[in-house]
Amino acid sequence: MAAASGIKGEDRERAIAGWLFMSPTMLIFGVFIIVPIFFAIYFSLTDWNGISPPGEAQFIGLENYRTVLAGGGVRQADFFKALKNTTYFALGVVPAQTIISLLLAVIVNQAWLRFKGFFRTTYYFPSITSSIAISLMFLFFYQRSGLINQVLSAVSFGNWEPLAWMADPRGLIHIILEAVGVTIRTAPEFVRSEVLGLTIWDWISGPSVALMAIMFMNTWTTIGTMMVIFLAALQSVPGYVYEAAQLDGASAMRQFRSITLPLLRPTLFFVITLGLIGTYQVFDQVYVMSSGGPAKTTLTVAYLVYQNGFANSNMGMAAAIAILLFIIIFTLTMIQRRITGSEGDL
Amino acid sequence: MTTTVSDTTPVPLAVGERTWVRPLKALISYAILFLLATMFIYPFLLAISTSFKTLPEINQNSVGLIPQTFTLEGYERLFSFNVGRWTINSALVATIITVLNLFFASLAGYALARIPFPGSRLAFLGILGTMMIPGIVLIIPMFIVLKTLGLLNNYGGLIIPKVVTAFGIFLMKQFFESVPKELEEAARIDGATQFQTFFRVILPTARPALVALIIFSFQGAWNDFMHPLIVVTTNQSLYTLPLGLALLRGGMGQNLLWNSLLAGSMLTTVPMAIIFFIFQRYFIEGISYSGIKG
Repeated sequence: MAAASGIKGEDRERAIAGWLFMSPTMLIFGVFIIVPIFFAIYFSLTDWNGISPPGEAQFIGLENYRTVLAGGGVRQADFFKALKNTTYFALGVVPAQTIISLLLAVIVNQAWLRFKGFFRTTYYFPSITSSIAISLMFLFFYQRSGLINQVLSAVSFGNWEPLAWMADPRGLIHIILEAVGVTIRTAPEFVRSEVLGLTIWDWISGPSVALMAIMFMNTWTTIGTMMVIFLAALQSVPGYVYEAAQLDGASAMRQFRSITLPLLRPTLFFVITLGLIGTYQVFDQVYVMSSGGPAKTTLTVAYLVYQNGFANSNMGMAAAIAILLFIIIFTLTMIQRRITGSEGDL
Repeated sequence: MTTTVSDTTPVPLAVGERTWVRPLKALISYAILFLLATMFIYPFLLAISTSFKTLPEINQNSVGLIPQTFTLEGYERLFSFNVGRWTINSALVATIITVLNLFFASLAGYALARIPFPGSRLAFLGILGTMMIPGIVLIIPMFIVLKTLGLLNNYGGLIIPKVVTAFGIFLMKQFFESVPKELEEAARIDGATQFQTFFRVILPTARPALVALIIFSFQGAWNDFMHPLIVVTTNQSLYTLPLGLALLRGGMGQNLLWNSLLAGSMLTTVPMAIIFFIFQRYFIEGISYSGIKG
């Protein structure tokens, strides 16, 4: 009996200690994450403007969602424009950052390589730098007379026509089409029909020059983090695995395909997830560099949330878009989890 | 670890590998790595140099690394806006957030790793779940909560929501799971309470994880832009450096005073750079830590 009550007392002590240790976390997470989630859902169903007392907000059901998804007006067009831009952004940045950082990690991981620490530190450095500071730096480099144009001019032996990067709304695919003689005037009729508030011609624009400038910067900033993550995973692969493969006469390419890639699968999943979540939220850079312009070609979903909530005093709409964004990110993560076939070692 | 061993022992040539392959591989590897290193270093050097140039010189040549006339004009103008105050705000807010994060994250991390209390798994999954929620999704409701609690336009609003993060808890939990159980059992036999065991026995062993957490919390808070943007709407003496800089740029419109803006960027970057170079081992370890398992 005594022993039993002793165990019971220990159980109780554990329960009290456990929850006591957790209590600051529970309080903060409850007030600043859990409650806000329910608020977000509720206010997305109202017309609250963010200024009047929240209690006075009118409940309007799914009206905000309808306006954004199927309203047929400028709000619908803006949402799908933002979604289009953000998707181009992710489609460009996620593969680029994943592939480049993986290759770099493989190169840096070679046993005989010197200056490993130097390379690792150098590539990682932008990751610890303020996004605002980096955005200002690149805004400077992207001027017509700036660093980027001068470098491109030098490597093309003066054949580069300097671009006003952040003021150029032309889409990549439009530029390519124009080069082969296809413009909105000469294109077949159907591209002028509207789908979800945008013409097909608009949908297929590709990222604008301004958006590509931000995409390049974003890739540049994130490669280091991804590389360090890949390096850690590579270093946990025992060296004898490669030595055995070498003895069997496997080429470097074969080793990469048959050993490195399969072993890196969980890490690959992790890096792509990080990339997707990051790119679908891109905000700071847009705020500082372009405010969504030129011609709304750098308008991202995250920036649209902010703009609606704080500039246009339409918190209800902003909350609805934020929830749509969450659903999009969640769905994409699930889909890519299926594709990479990972159990999700998160 | 195996890789470091082969640093000293020459790796045997693979079957069929020709003798000239190795040097060629080395040449290509170094060429790629150094070219890329230049692409990472040059922008920062150019930004530093430009912050010491005069505006006419910047207009004339925006890529030269050495200022023709060295001037502090950019910095002087920068500090004529309230930048000194913003720097102090950033340092203050980041320091408090870091200290509280250390405390709260190690408490929660320890409980989740070592105290088998009822509901611990649920609590852990809940915390993990919050990591899935993108920050941008929360800014609107966060604004509402802050407004309701009277936390707009004050230090409380800048600090309180950030004093514990899922990432920090995760990091500490991972670490505490690696501490040998015998350590705390000995303390428990000596009659120490859970809290005494945690504070006197376990926490002192956690130094590497704590240093990693200090760095990540400080970096996160120092560089944070979105949260201050939501909290500080009117009172510009509450701006943090990134917020102040972004709004300064916004206020300049088309006429950007580049030496001042880049001076501001450097002011934001250099303190982090110093911390980074002192503790870089922990940066890399921390990110690897979170990368492998979570």
